Amino acid sequence: MGMEQLVEKYFRPGRLPHIWCPGCGHGIITGAIVKAVDKLGLSKDEVAVISGIGCSSRASGYLDFNTANTLHGRALPIASGLKMANPKLKVIVPSGDGDATAIGGNHLIHAARRNIDLTLVVYNNSIYGMTGGQYSPMTPKGSKATTAPYLTIEPAFNLLDLAKAAGATFVARSTTFHVQNMVDCIAKGIQHKGFSIIECVSACPTNFGRQNRMGAAPKMMEWQRDHAVMVGAWNRMDEETRAKAIADGKFPIGVLYENNDVQEYTEAYDDLIKRAQGGK
Amino acid sequence: MLKLVSKRCKGCGICVNFCPKKVLEVTEVGKCAIIAGKEKDCIQCGQCEMRCPDYAIFVEKDK
Amino acid sequence: MSIKLLQGNQAVVEGAIAAGVKFYGGYPITPSTEIAEQLSARLPQVGGKFMQTEDELAGLGAAVGASMGGKKAMTATSGPGFSLKQEMLGLACTAEIPVVIVDVQRVGPATGQPTSPAQGEVMMSRWGTHGDHWVIVVSPVSVPECFWLTIRAVNLAEKYRVPVIILMDEVVGHMREKIELPDDYSTIKTVERKRPTCKPEDYLAYGTTGDDLVPPMADFGSGYRWHVTGLIHDDTGFPKGTPEGTVNALNRLHDKIYNNLDDIVTFEEYKMEDAEYAILSFGGAARTAYDTVDMARKEGIKVGLFRAITIWPFPEKQVKALAGKVKGILVHELNYGQYVLEVERVVSGKCPVWLYGKYDNSSATPQQLLAELKKHTGR
Repeated sequence: MGMEQLVEKYFRPGRLPHIWCPGCGHGIITGAIVKAVDKLGLSKDEVAVISGIGCSSRASGYLDFNTANTLHGRALPIASGLKMANPKLKVIVPSGDGDATAIGGNHLIHAARRNIDLTLVVYNNSIYGMTGGQYSPMTPKGSKATTAPYLTIEPAFNLLDLAKAAGATFVARSTTFHVQNMVDCIAKGIQHKGFSIIECVSACPTNFGRQNRMGAAPKMMEWQRDHAVMVGAWNRMDEETRAKAIADGKFPIGVLYENNDVQEYTEAYDDLIKRAQGGK
Repeated sequence: MLKLVSKRCKGCGICVNFCPKKVLEVTEVGKCAIIAGKEKDCIQCGQCEMRCPDYAIFVEKDK
Repeated sequence: MSIKLLQGNQAVVEGAIAAGVKFYGGYPITPSTEIAEQLSARLPQVGGKFMQTEDELAGLGAAVGASMGGKKAMTATSGPGFSLKQEMLGLACTAEIPVVIVDVQRVGPATGQPTSPAQGEVMMSRWGTHGDHWVIVVSPVSVPECFWLTIRAVNLAEKYRVPVIILMDEVVGHMREKIELPDDYSTIKTVERKRPTCKPEDYLAYGTTGDDLVPPMADFGSGYRWHVTGLIHDDTGFPKGTPEGTVNALNRLHDKIYNNLDDIVTFEEYKMEDAEYAILSFGGAARTAYDTVDMARKEGIKVGLFRAITIWPFPEKQVKALAGKVKGILVHELNYGQYVLEVERVVSGKCPVWLYGKYDNSSATPQQLLAELKKHTGR
C-alpha cells in the first residue's frame, strides 16, 4: 500500500495537515509507525497509541487507533495500566526526548525493568520543540539552546544503553532519512514480546537546527545519512575504526539488541494469578 | 505521475533535495511543485513520498 | 454475614473487591500502605491485577490506563503522595476516566507526622489539581463505613465518569473495629459504567443525550476507537479552542455532578430532631462527636450531630436548612480550619458558626469537644 492509501486507512479524517513545522521529521516517524502496523497486518482495533505531551505526542491524535494524548512524561504508566487491563492490545508509545528521558525518565527505566510489552518510539529531535528550543537530556553537549545561550555543559544520555541496562529486551535506532529501516525496526519492536525501544533520530529545523546552524531540513537529513551506520557494518568495524567513527559523531542504526529469554510482565502476572488462585 | 496535496505541503524542500532526477521545486508560494517540462523525468522511485513529513506527495504508478 | 475484626484500610480493600475493582496501581506510603499490601494478595485471587509502581504519579497513571482498558481501578496514598497525584487527577477529571483515589490523611505539610491523624486535605481534595474541576469526595467515620463507602465510591466513579476520592485519616485507616461482612459479595449492588451500544462508526466519544450528561465510555480495544486527551475538547474528543467550546466543556463537567446532588450527597444526622445546636463534622473527627452529643444532652444542652459523608460536593442545601433551625453550628475538624470556611459561606450569617479545629496530631476526646461546645452555648 502506498502512503496515500495508508493515510486514508490509518489517519483520522479531517485532521491533516498536522501541526508540525516545515521539515520536522515527526511526520516521517508517524508515517513509519503506520507502515509498521500495516506491514504486520494488525487491525486498528487491536492497536493503542498512548502519548504524553510535546511535539511528538501529538501523533496519537492523528491516528485512527485507540489513542490518548495524556500528560507530560506519563504515557508509559498509563500505557502499562492499559496493557495490564487488556494484554491483547498492541500498545505503542510515541514520546519525545524530553518526555521520555527527562520528565518521564523514571517511568522509562521501570517500564524497561518490568519488561512489559510496550513499544516505545522515541522521537528524538534533541530539543524541546513545543516550548521553543530548550535543551533536553538528549541535546548533545556543546549545543546551543534557548536555555543554553552559552552552550550546554550537560552531556546527553546514551538512551539505548540506558534502556538496555534498565532491562529493555529490544533496542533499536533509526533516522528519518532511513525510512525503510525505521519501519523495519518499529515493526520488529511491535512484534517483540517485551519492552521495546526504538530511538528515531528526527530533525527539528525550527528549534534545534536553526540555533545550531545545521541548515534547513534537507541538510539535517543529510547529516543523518552521513552519520548513521548500519549495525552490521558498525559491528564489523575494528576497535580503532569504531573509535574514530564515534569521535566523528557517527552512530549505529538497526536492531542493536534483542533478548527473547526474559518473561514478559503481563505473562508473568498471569502466572502470579495462577499461584494466587492455588495453582502452581 | 506525482500527486501533490498542496493543502498539506509546508514547502520544507525535503522532496526537492532527495529527488535523484531533480524534478521538483519549492515555488514562490512555498509549496512543492513539478518543474515545468520535467514531468517526464520522474522515474517514480518514491524517494519524495517516502520522506515527505507532511504526506503531501505521492507516486501514482503508471498503469 | 460474618463478623470480623478489621482495620479501616482492610475494610477499604474488601469494599474494593466487593465493588468489582480489578486493578490497583500504587506506591507504599504510611498510613495507607496496608491497602496496597492487602490488595496485592486479594486482587489476583479474583483475577484482578496489582501493580506496585515506581512512584505516586505512575500509581494513579496506571489506574487511569487500566480504567481506559475497561477495568474498575483505584489507588491509595497519603498526603505527600496525594500531592503528587494531583496532576493525573486533573487528567481523569478532564478525560472523564472513572477511578477511585484513597487518601489516608496524616499530619502535613511535607513529611509532617506520618503516623498521626489529621484532616489537612479537605480543601486539597476539592481544589488540588490546577484549573476548574469537579470531583466527588466521601469520608468514612468507621471501619464498616470504610467498606460500604468504598463500594459507593467505585459506583459513583463509574456512574458519573469522575474521580472519586475517599478521604480518610490515620485513625480511621489504622483502627480495628467490628464489621459484619456479607458472605457473598455478588449480592452487593454494583454499578457498571455506561458503554456505547451504537455502531462504532456512530460513536461520539463525548456525545451525550438529553439530560444525561455522562457520555458512554468504550473500553480501549472493544472496537470503538476514540481519543483521550487532557486538552479541553468537544464531544468528538478533540480540542476546538473556542470560547464557547471551552464554556460548554467545563459546564458539562460541572453539571453532570451538580445536577445530581440528591443522588450524590449523603450525610447522617444524630439526635438532630430537637437540637438547638449542631456539631458539624466528618470522617475521623466526627467519631468523637457522638459521645459529646450524649454527654451534652445529659447536661441539658440540646445538641445534635450533622455528619457530612459526601464532603464534596458540599451538602449545601442541608447545611442551609440546618442554619435556619439551630442557634449555632460548631464545626469540628482536625486541621486549622478548612471545612468551616465552606460552612460559613453557606450559612452566610444565618446563625453563628464556631470552629474547633484541632491540629495537635491527635483526635479530640468527647470531653474536649464538649468543653468547646460549652464555650459557645454558655452552659
